[in-house]
Amino acid sequence: MKHLTEYRDPELVEQYIQELHKTATRPWTIMEVCGGQTHGLVKNGILNLLPDLVTMVHGPGCPVCVTPVNLIDKAVYLAEEKGVILCSFGDMIRVPGSTKSLLDAKAGGADVRILYSPLEAVRLARENPDREVVFFAVGFETTAPANALSVVQAQKLGLKNYSILASHVLVPPAMEAVIQDDDTHIQGFLAAGHVCAIMGIAEYGPLVERYKMPMVVTGFEPVDLLQGILMVVRQLERGEYKLENQYARVVRPEGNPEARRIIEQVFEVVDREWRGIGNIPGSGWAVRSELANFDADRKFSVSVTKVPNAPIASRVWC
Amino acid sequence: MCGAIPKYLSLGFILEEGLTMAEFWDILVSIKGASERAGIHIVTGDTKVVERGKGDKIFINTSGIGELHPQADISIKNVKAGDKVIVSGHIATHGMAIMSVREGLEFETTLESDTAPLNHTILALLDEFGHDIHLLRDPTRGGVATVLNEIARDRNVGVTRVGIDLKQAAIPVLDEVAGACELLGLDPLYVANEGVFLAIVATEVADAFLEKLRTLDYGHSAAIIGEVVAEHPGQVVLTSRIGGRRVVNMLVGEQLPRIC
Repeated sequence: MKHLTEYRDPELVEQYIQELHKTATRPWTIMEVCGGQTHGLVKNGILNLLPDLVTMVHGPGCPVCVTPVNLIDKAVYLAEEKGVILCSFGDMIRVPGSTKSLLDAKAGGADVRILYSPLEAVRLARENPDREVVFFAVGFETTAPANALSVVQAQKLGLKNYSILASHVLVPPAMEAVIQDDDTHIQGFLAAGHVCAIMGIAEYGPLVERYKMPMVVTGFEPVDLLQGILMVVRQLERGEYKLENQYARVVRPEGNPEARRIIEQVFEVVDREWRGIGNIPGSGWAVRSELANFDADRKFSVSVTKVPNAPIASRVWC
Repeated sequence: MCGAIPKYLSLGFILEEGLTMAEFWDILVSIKGASERAGIHIVTGDTKVVERGKGDKIFINTSGIGELHPQADISIKNVKAGDKVIVSGHIATHGMAIMSVREGLEFETTLESDTAPLNHTILALLDEFGHDIHLLRDPTRGGVATVLNEIARDRNVGVTRVGIDLKQAAIPVLDEVAGACELLGLDPLYVANEGVFLAIVATEVADAFLEKLRTLDYGHSAAIIGEVVAEHPGQVVLTSRIGGRRVVNMLVGEQLPRIC
């Protein structure tokens, strides 16, 4: 099947592995930014095929795991106390808040639904005019267009019972926070392919220049990942730093202008707390104030006891 | 999956007021057909009707008895290093068929559940291979990965803890099922099966067992997908299509679609 096998071709993979072994002469530490890339590295057993000299660091944390405890508490509160239909992507519902997860709330009888698309939540709102429907809008830049589109669509339909609980996080500020951390050993990055498919690659050039660090926009299949790693290692070995695009079959330099327009229409940049990391300035998106009716946080004026954002380094939840 | 030949089945219904006779009749006809195909007699049963709102249309409960196959010795205690792991058909088809008709997920292709009576197939295998079939399991909820982990992690008295090696390239998955799993971010190894069984058989008979199974109903796509090993006891380790190795863990809760 096209695209299910060609980027998983064992012979091609073998060639890249050999090339990596030939190319790496010193120890290098590279961070892959996207959880999808981490998943690809683990699922395909790529980590133990890499040369010992190449160390992959998984970070800075996927949008699910970095969602602040307080926001999960708010979602649980809305589901349990306000009787809303709380809709969420699947991997979010297992992540614990201060006392329980959405899965616990669901088990306790709250109406929590796992959806693949926020547009499904808009449909639920239409079908249940006497219920409030809230979509838990988490994710990097990748999920933002669909989440924003759900608000645009709900507005067009004149729905009064639909809102989103937004916890969007942005990749470039988080990468910068990682680079600036005193304990960091990262020497190069695989930038997140699908984030760049939306946002384009312009934001990364200044980071490459400022911190003299190679960055390669990379895809998710075995051949993608190995090619991306090889491109970073080649730069490091030559003492170069530049922005390259391994995932050109999907990522255009300008990203997806239509998706960015919808994001801009619905969201504005805010400071955002990252679970396990702390506050990163300008690293999130919240619903614009003129769309407050679609912002569950404002609409329900939820107040939950603010709990310290305990690090969760001991456990990954997604 | 314990080496018994199923013979008789009880059949109990709890019907919610408002279920139409037409729907009930359809279900009865379907049960009749399935029991005839399986050669099983429904010998006892009961029907209760509950008020509207007190049941979810219909609950069906069954229980069966049969007799032990004289040559069968199916026990996890018989599993030992060197044994081969055989799957009787394409995996993950049932779970994805269910998923495809769930709220909001529409695929261009229609997936049919693999639900099938396996008793005749297994009876034929027991007749021929008897004691050399060490273990039979049906990888329903939690899929192949969960069942193999249960085997590897079994701590009952008399059980030697073993590891299991799987070869991804050998595991039969229909193209459309693999595609649907990719799309939804699910791993076929954890997706539920119905008309599929796993057999752990002595290595000496593995090839003959496979050859025979492929001639039997519901066994045409059978494959040897792995091996019981003495290394890494308690763990299931998969060699991926590209030659990397990873631990296949037990599924925690239900498999959830991922966004990250």
